[in-house]
Amino acid sequence: MNNYEAIVIGVSAGGLHALNRILPHFDQSLKTPVIIVQHRQDEHENMLSNLLNNMTTTQVKDVEFNEVIKPQTIYVAPSGYHLQIEADKSFSLSRDPKVEYSRPSIDVLFESAADVFKNKLIAVILTGANYDGSNGLKKVRELRGLAIVENPATAGFSTMPERAITIAGADHVLSIDKIGQYLKECCNGP
Amino acid sequence: MNPHDIEEFELDTILDLIDKCYGYNFKDYSRASIKRRIQNLASACNCEHISELIPKVLYQDNFLDKFLKGMSVTVTDMFRDPWVFKIFKEKIIPQLRIHPQINIWHAGCATGEEVYSMAILLKEEGLLKYSRIYATDFNNHSLDIAKKGIYPLEKMQRYSKNYLDAGGKYSLSEYYDVKYDVAKFSRELTERITFSHHNMGVDQAFGEMNLIICRNVLIYFNKTLQNRVFTLFYDSLMPRGVLLLGDKESIDYSEINSKLTAVSSKARIYQVR
Repeated sequence: MNNYEAIVIGVSAGGLHALNRILPHFDQSLKTPVIIVQHRQDEHENMLSNLLNNMTTTQVKDVEFNEVIKPQTIYVAPSGYHLQIEADKSFSLSRDPKVEYSRPSIDVLFESAADVFKNKLIAVILTGANYDGSNGLKKVRELRGLAIVENPATAGFSTMPERAITIAGADHVLSIDKIGQYLKECCNGP
Repeated sequence: MNPHDIEEFELDTILDLIDKCYGYNFKDYSRASIKRRIQNLASACNCEHISELIPKVLYQDNFLDKFLKGMSVTVTDMFRDPWVFKIFKEKIIPQLRIHPQINIWHAGCATGEEVYSMAILLKEEGLLKYSRIYATDFNNHSLDIAKKGIYPLEKMQRYSKNYLDAGGKYSLSEYYDVKYDVAKFSRELTERITFSHHNMGVDQAFGEMNLIICRNVLIYFNKTLQNRVFTLFYDSLMPRGVLLLGDKESIDYSEINSKLTAVSSKARIYQVR
């Protein structure tokens, strides 16, 4: 066991389906905070955390201004804002330009999370049809975080996981059904 | 030192230097945001490492302008979050009518799109002629664009939609002239606006304001600077003065939390108790 301090997840097209296979594994026994960037079309959409709340017994919430990261919580990047982690383990938001056509961007979350959590971070790239997340995952690996990528062969959309494996590589490439359980074991032990 | 620690050291060094050479303190900004922006600036200057910016700061003429431009790259819009303007119109405009003169401070106005938005709203409510809008930013390059009030015509389609969604009464095109591929906002708007340089990190309060607008600026500050700015705003507001923040910002847990009350916590509109 490595005493991981956070799990960050980046997901794009096909995301709801994929998250619905992972989040049910995150019950009260998982203390490690989970932070999710899910790409959305609409910058004003704010239903996502409600939808995800129905998938798990753990609280899912949109990140708020100055919010400090707490255990046993699943955080969602609000639409239209980049989500970053600060050195004091609080969140910050930014309206800077899109990265890889995305805001929130997975790269922005992963790079800032890697800076703060270093080898105490697990980063996960799931299904998606763009290139966001691969640079972020590379940074996570450079700082010795654990990188998990959904198997492109069985992902809803293979572009994003394929790109992540090409650019960053991965410690584990797993099918979606294995990821939830594996994350729990990484944090809680088998 | 490992590469990560080296980069952090380079970042600290450049921020120190900017403070000493230019008098701009970015150390109280969100570290994650400022790091990203400085990395982007370094790339744009063809520098592999942040530290390669150091000689530019020390020896290159006008590098400050380029640096500040790189530090204020936020995306701004006219009538951004149109629903906020609707709530503002409903809850705040009736109160503003009471005053013989309305003083408004738009802090961190960037390139001015939101300043013109508010001026148009006031105009349509018959209040612009009683209003004086002070629009400030620390970036002179942005202020120059804001002062001119000239924007790419291609953006007007989106702005027009926002304007109508915000409850605009006519057509946005009533307020600008088209020349070639640009739109220039009309004199009757600009003559009520004073654009000036102000740095919230070091400069003092602006007195006797009825309304302060500061949207999506505080998200870039750490808690220390946020509290400085909140206090600055409180000191600048008249009794019952109104503070309008960005749609993800709030005064909760700040040092002025007990001094203002939420008129609309969803639209982030607060008022001095």
